[in-house]
Amino acid sequence: MKIEIKQGRIIDPANDIDATQDLFISNGKIVALGAPPQGFIADKSIDASHQIVCPGFVDLRAHLREPGQEHKGTIASETRAAARSGITTLCCPPNTHPIIDTPAVAELIQRHADAAGHARVVPLGALTQGLEGNAITEMHALKAAGCVGVSNAMQPVANTLILRRAMEYAATHDLTVFIHAEDRDLASNGCVHEGAVGSRLGLPGIPTAAETVAVASTLALVEETGARVHFSMLSSKRALQKISRAKYDGLPISCDVSAHHLHLTEIDLLGFNSQCHVRPPLRTQRDLEGLRKGLADGTIAAICSDHHPHEADAKLAPFSATEHGISALETLLPLALRVVDDGILSMTQMIASLTHQPAEILGITAGTLSIGQLADICIFDPERYWTLDDHSMLSHGHNTPFLNWEMKGEVTHTLLGGKTVYEC
Amino acid sequence: MKKKNRLQLDENGKLKHFLTIEGLNRQMLIDILDTAESFTGVTEQTIKKVPLLRGKTIVNLFFEASTRTRTTFELAAKRLSADVLNINIQASATAKGETLLDTLRNLEAMHCDMFVVRHADSGAAHFIAQHAAPHISVINAGDGQHAHPTQAMLDMFTIRRVKGEFHKLNVAIVGDVRHSRVARSQIHALSMLGVEDVRIIAPKTLLPSEPEAFGVHVYHDLREGLRDVDVVIMLRLQKERMRGASLPSEHEYFQLYGLTEEKLALAKPDVTVMHPGPINRGVEIDSVVADGPRSVILQQVSHGIAVRMAVMSMAMQSHLPEAAGGRRG
Repeated sequence: MKIEIKQGRIIDPANDIDATQDLFISNGKIVALGAPPQGFIADKSIDASHQIVCPGFVDLRAHLREPGQEHKGTIASETRAAARSGITTLCCPPNTHPIIDTPAVAELIQRHADAAGHARVVPLGALTQGLEGNAITEMHALKAAGCVGVSNAMQPVANTLILRRAMEYAATHDLTVFIHAEDRDLASNGCVHEGAVGSRLGLPGIPTAAETVAVASTLALVEETGARVHFSMLSSKRALQKISRAKYDGLPISCDVSAHHLHLTEIDLLGFNSQCHVRPPLRTQRDLEGLRKGLADGTIAAICSDHHPHEADAKLAPFSATEHGISALETLLPLALRVVDDGILSMTQMIASLTHQPAEILGITAGTLSIGQLADICIFDPERYWTLDDHSMLSHGHNTPFLNWEMKGEVTHTLLGGKTVYEC
Repeated sequence: MKKKNRLQLDENGKLKHFLTIEGLNRQMLIDILDTAESFTGVTEQTIKKVPLLRGKTIVNLFFEASTRTRTTFELAAKRLSADVLNINIQASATAKGETLLDTLRNLEAMHCDMFVVRHADSGAAHFIAQHAAPHISVINAGDGQHAHPTQAMLDMFTIRRVKGEFHKLNVAIVGDVRHSRVARSQIHALSMLGVEDVRIIAPKTLLPSEPEAFGVHVYHDLREGLRDVDVVIMLRLQKERMRGASLPSEHEYFQLYGLTEEKLALAKPDVTVMHPGPINRGVEIDSVVADGPRSVILQQVSHGIAVRMAVMSMAMQSHLPEAAGGRRG
């Protein structure tokens, strides 16, 4: 199968390309940009004029709910929603049921993703057995089974000694440790940012210090162990400042932010809006601006969806009794584009934060349009308006505070290894 | 904020649900106080009933134990001639795994008109109001650490009866503001009614995060904070605060924040002492003060009935052919 994508604005940040030209695919791989290779006769031609052609997006954090919570979502349903959103690679955290602490579970997830064929799924292995925070996992075996990193998901590690040993062992096997920075004791039973809005609503708070304390102690252990650490979903300006300083000092660390933390703040909780119940919590306007600035200056390398699909009942209870998280795959691109429209990022920077930068964090060869690469490609119209509504959402979870919002920027084609997995 | 406002009011701007003081306005609070004033007569008649809510069914839906609040709501409903159903949920269906929403649907199916809700989760009354059938009014009888608006209104009623006006008053709220839904509602009501100097007095461990956002003056020293106050409201101290490292001991708390005659002498000579109850004698307040001439603690309880009658009749007004309650002024 030979495909040509004609006249699109090709943006490939990894190769510093931003030009309107044609792209040629053969046997699932990118074979040429600009002029066709000799004797290339396309079986299929896609007109991409007035559209952007870029590498398929790499999402660092999406809960697919399978195995174990198929009433919330399945690998098939969620990867289909990913394809609609231009996402070709998803990294799933290990908090499935059973937990990804054995090669069997990691392999099962990849097998189901392959069978569904909508997107690639790369799993993170559990840092500790059963995510219980006590005993480390067989990381060598997990890596061999396809895990691209290790993480204790949202669960705390019993103490800093175990975290240190886990980091040392991960470093032995050249695995990045993904950290959700939240001090268990300071977070306690909190469900919102501890601040003016939380006080007003009388909801138990998670102070900013829950994040900064966890970041600071982890950074100290990075200095000690030399382990490579990625901080998932930062929520506060102060934690970001610590990471920025540590990066300047040359520590092997990186971090990401979820798209909703770039748009929502604690104010959105007023009226007890359970769709805004997320973890880490939405913080202040100052934090939001700090996170946006961190993206612009490169401290934050990636924007993730932090996708959490839920059944409707999970959000139908008094606020603190609801489950946290947003069904976020389908809003990833429009929310990221809005940051471009707000003048914070250039289009190229935004695409970099969704493509080769997260791919580098995962240590996978994806997120570029280099010649010879698998043709994982997203084509989108940055000017097209559409409405996110209950009927058209493909994710099993319709839990999003953005429901019925008008979105700008819509994916028109997604190609996975040269195969069209979505076309609108 | 707007959303919350809309939830509590009907399309004509009248009270439909009473969930929090926030989002209401000064005139509405004064209406409640005036209506309550007109109901105080009812309590003193030989036949302590008015037929305003005859044929209506009010459900006291208590997910958290309460004696005083539930009893005064029940009395208030009965004096308005409503039928009252008391449901203690700990002993009911949710204990068997039924969700809050299912409980609600079942009660709706029994054609109830009003839910009076107490729940341990902040926002529970909002949630119920959002999901209840349109003909049902919801009164918040205390949700988590968020709001207890009828308690705040009966406190305002008591203050107005004793002091007459609000705007010249200095009011101090002392104690566990962090965990207190009563304090939150009181602060909003006092500010809305024009009290300029609302003080909260507590150690930092018992203050909410960013207390200044409530528009209050914050004190950590009781003696300093009591200076020249007209009204002092003591909050109940939950014993479990001693366990969570919020306080070292009852002894030290009483020494620093317990209201004694000696400390009360720093306030204005005609100071009024209030407490939402139940009181911990010798922990937050000395018995001499609680039972003394400056205390209006028991009046607060009896005012609770008139204020709850007012709120219930006003919230049910949209269901009633005639206007509820005669009004003053």
